[in-house]
Amino acid sequence: MVSTISRQVENLQGIGEAFGLAWQLVLTGDAALVEIVALSLQVSLTATALACLIGLPLGAIVATLRFRGREAVLILMNALMGLPPVVIGLLVYLYLSRSGPLGFLGLLYTPAAMILAQTILITPIVAALSRQVIEDLHVEYDEQFRSLCLSRGQTMRALIWDARYSLLTVGLAGFGRAVAEVGAVMIVGGNIDHLTRVMTTAIALETSKGDLPLALALGIILLVLALGVNAAVQSVRLTATRQAYV
Amino acid sequence: MTAKTVTIALLALATPALAQEQSILVQSTTSTANSGLYDYLLPIFTTESGIIVNVVAVGTGQAIKNAENCDGDVLLVHAKPAEEKFVADGFGTTRSDLMYNDFIIVGPPSDPAGIKGMTDVQPALAKIAETKAPFASRGDDSGTHQKEMELWSDSGADPKAASGDWYRETGSGMGATLNTGLGMGAYVLTDRATWISFENKQDYLIVVEGDQDLYNQYGVIPVNPAKCPSVKSAEAQVFADWLVSEAGQAAIAGYKINDQQLFFPNAPKQ
Repeated sequence: MVSTISRQVENLQGIGEAFGLAWQLVLTGDAALVEIVALSLQVSLTATALACLIGLPLGAIVATLRFRGREAVLILMNALMGLPPVVIGLLVYLYLSRSGPLGFLGLLYTPAAMILAQTILITPIVAALSRQVIEDLHVEYDEQFRSLCLSRGQTMRALIWDARYSLLTVGLAGFGRAVAEVGAVMIVGGNIDHLTRVMTTAIALETSKGDLPLALALGIILLVLALGVNAAVQSVRLTATRQAYV
Repeated sequence: MTAKTVTIALLALATPALAQEQSILVQSTTSTANSGLYDYLLPIFTTESGIIVNVVAVGTGQAIKNAENCDGDVLLVHAKPAEEKFVADGFGTTRSDLMYNDFIIVGPPSDPAGIKGMTDVQPALAKIAETKAPFASRGDDSGTHQKEMELWSDSGADPKAASGDWYRETGSGMGATLNTGLGMGAYVLTDRATWISFENKQDYLIVVEGDQDLYNQYGVIPVNPAKCPSVKSAEAQVFADWLVSEAGQAAIAGYKINDQQLFFPNAPKQ
């Protein structure tokens, strides 16, 4: 009992220690930290951009077109949002492995492999969520578009442009999933120091070394980073809407 | 059009990694990486040779599998029978003994199985099974797990039958298993290097150590270019040769935490 209580006190001290450590790492501009933060952002932001490039048009197509099997596509898209990162990591590994079909590219254990895995992970999220957003808007505008005799392409472009602020949130949902996942990047990146180590794999590594305060400190920094990206997007949105209504 | 853009973007991003000349990839184990050995050893080698060494740290089973898929230039693990099979199957050129440390059993100070201070590991395990004291196993086909299974089988007890009861397989790395074991007051078989450098020991103690059977041999094997044409075999050989050379062996012996040596070099004299 006594040891349980003292352990609990120790754990609480660990949390305080973690905040101190996080602060210290940021203030000193720790070179290793800067490196993994930069790679985390590079990988997850690129994956988000690629996922939007593929997912938004896909969402718009499914939202506006009526075709046979559409219901099945909807269900599939929504289900794929729940793909476990570790399964995607494994699939990408099997393809990119030297003994796999794309092994000749030599992409395994590079940031490109991590971007690929995260893109596959979040494209369904971007596609499924943007489909919903665009479809709601489409219902609203349908008659107007018809009266203007817009082509399908024009309709989709107009819808995506009009829904752009809601779609920013969709992008953020994708980014959040990408930057937070560890299962896929661990397998296809390998958590190699100075090459493929990102925030989440570094946190897993420090946890397994038993350095819980450092692991938690990295977690706090990751959270602040996500807050920063979200705040930046929010401010873009606010500025843009304000200008639109002036 | 989009697919093409994606491919180009991916290749562009991959270029910096490909452009890094003279780098090799080592498939190795969590025990060597978690102990900090590579952080100490690799800069010394890179300074001497100009070759950058990247390490993927996974369980021995996965490391061997990855190397068999040609996803590595050198294999550095600790499961001699599996390593010899790797070479016999043609995936590796030659295996060399590199260094050793030993396994220990750590446990809570309350010592529910009453095995503290025992120097024979099999009777200690038999007592854990008999008293049904919790035991956390790697359960991941790693070198440590393979060793543990060998010791259980020699002890006459069958822990697998109690899996999920007092015998708990975490299916994860050494450090993660220690964290889990400590959380539930279980005994854990670990290599000494990981334990010395582990920073979340709490009140845990070494309860069993010193048995000959707890010896833990590491080996190094360059991946065979005949099976894997993509392998950087010249650089891999330079690294393997350096590890077993006098300079490499001295560097391994020089790695200490709190004045305790973690690995003991024992490559055959050149």
